[in-house]
Amino acid sequence: MTSTAESTQDTQNAQPLIRLSHAGKRYGTIIALSDITMEVGAGEVTCVLGDNGAGKSTLIKIIAGLHQPSSGTYEVEGTEVHFSSPREALERGIATVYQDLAVVPLMPVWRNFFLGNEARKGIRLDIPFMKKTCKEELAAMGIDLRDVDQPIGTLSGGERQCVAISRAVYFGAKVLILDEPTAALGVKQSGVVLKYVIQARERGLGVIFITHNPHHAYPVGDRFLLLNRGRGIGYFEKDQITRDELTGLMAGGSELEQLSHELQGVSGAAGIAEELVEDVAELGLSKEGRHSQ
Amino acid sequence: MAQTAEAPVTPPPMQDERVGRKSGLARMLARPGTGALAGAIVIYVFFFIIATPFRYASSFSSVLYVTSTYGLMVSPIALLMIGGEFDLSAGVAVTSSALMASLFSYEFTTNVWVGVLIALVMSLAVGFANGWIVVKTRIPSFLVTLGTFFMLQGLNLALTQTITNQVASPDISTLQGFSSAQKVFASSFTIGGVNIRIPIIYWIVFVLIATWILLRTRTGNWIFSVGGSAESARAVGVPVARMKIGLFMAVGLMAWFTGMHTLFQFNTIQSGEGVGNEFVYIIAAVVGGCLLTGGYGSAVGAAVGALIFGMVNQGIVYAGWDPDWFTFFVGLLLLGAILLNTFIRRRAEASI
Repeated sequence: MTSTAESTQDTQNAQPLIRLSHAGKRYGTIIALSDITMEVGAGEVTCVLGDNGAGKSTLIKIIAGLHQPSSGTYEVEGTEVHFSSPREALERGIATVYQDLAVVPLMPVWRNFFLGNEARKGIRLDIPFMKKTCKEELAAMGIDLRDVDQPIGTLSGGERQCVAISRAVYFGAKVLILDEPTAALGVKQSGVVLKYVIQARERGLGVIFITHNPHHAYPVGDRFLLLNRGRGIGYFEKDQITRDELTGLMAGGSELEQLSHELQGVSGAAGIAEELVEDVAELGLSKEGRHSQ
Repeated sequence: MAQTAEAPVTPPPMQDERVGRKSGLARMLARPGTGALAGAIVIYVFFFIIATPFRYASSFSSVLYVTSTYGLMVSPIALLMIGGEFDLSAGVAVTSSALMASLFSYEFTTNVWVGVLIALVMSLAVGFANGWIVVKTRIPSFLVTLGTFFMLQGLNLALTQTITNQVASPDISTLQGFSSAQKVFASSFTIGGVNIRIPIIYWIVFVLIATWILLRTRTGNWIFSVGGSAESARAVGVPVARMKIGLFMAVGLMAWFTGMHTLFQFNTIQSGEGVGNEFVYIIAAVVGGCLLTGGYGSAVGAAVGALIFGMVNQGIVYAGWDPDWFTFFVGLLLLGAILLNTFIRRRAEASI
């Protein structure tokens, strides 16, 4: 892990790859996101945690160039940007791996790998090169496909995520936005995806890892941004927070207490309620001292 | 158009190392168009047995000719469907283009090539308009082109009536440039005693070009991607709107080409022609393995679909059947081909 320590050292001098300052987004009268400040540097993983509807998608869309923030600023490598399309963000090295939108299921793996960045000889596709490269890049990520000609829809969810990640890495992404890459995966496949998150970091990429699972976020993350109902409810460096505190904040301590009260009223659920109360106590949930800055 | 039966919407089941490889035969059968090829062979053998004239090379040349007059349009329609869109205006667009060239040249007494070029511009513009409306409004292309279909049909009839006081365009064979245009669009030549009409050659060339574009160029990759998942395609930087508009314009281009053949073959154009052909194009493409939902199909398969239509069209004549039964048999045989196609593909996808 020495390389991580070094790269963290480096980025303290350099500009962060991406910095949002007090960014917000309104859709008409709906405030989807307000006053978000976050950054990610080279060789760092910033985790964005939040439950459904917390504003994670809106945040991704701003960073990926699909939307512009309606307030605050968005800087890439120190200069303010106003992306009008994902293509512009891509050109600055900001690649997004969406949960469902990463690939075209009916197309072969290699065509998906190079989609939008096709290698060509003149106007012809350089098919042998693309097949070979695709196979090699996937092998380097530890995926050994029998046949890169099979439709990508026939791969498992984890494998598809990994194809999308290795594709972004191969095409020189500086910042990788991963939208809930482990959401639909089993334990083992999630582990595989997390391994690639770490590999991407080791290669010096900045990674924005969106998830609602603190157990996935904590081992790989350097920073943690917690969202709830469109607001930041905490922004921590890794050494400022423990895994249990993170879990507690994510679960929403007060909501858990409320739930335990409700369950106590139901006969037969008293045992569960007691366990919940114990859990809450164990996690050391309290509201003071959780909001850095 | 609600025939979703042949579209395997559910993705193939997940695979892992515990699943064996498919055999080579199953893989071949899983390709788009293989079912259509099997259907074409069955239909060919069927007419070969029951209709004696069908066995002659000259008859097959006319089967190919009929096929090519539809097939020229089937190729771009197949690309458009792979790109995830429909064009119901394609049938009457052929007539519109031919009328445009004919009426313009005749009324202004220009060289016919001027009319031909004006018609090209108009056909591309109609394609652009279809594509632009679909892309901008996100209204299903089925509805947008249904609208343009009726508009073009009305324009064909009304403008021809207004300008010529007749239901057909005037004979343009006396105009300057006619013979050279006829050479390009509607000539024929003889090989080994068999008369070959030039559209057959154009059709084969365009099918090969369409196949090459689909499988060997970046454009083809993008066509598959916008039809397979427009959102994914957009996310990786494929210009989805430009691709779709381009595909509609390709349909316009071939509508112009087909219209020019019809015009220089017959010298005059009936203003009511072309209605119903849009379904022939779509059916041929679907029989040839194109998914109604987009993202899957082949130009060669669609060409085989057109061939099935051509064989049935002519085979019924050669078999000496009552032509009143024509559309019934066309429908029956096409339905059979679709079922066979679907059956084979499902078998191939399910088998190990």
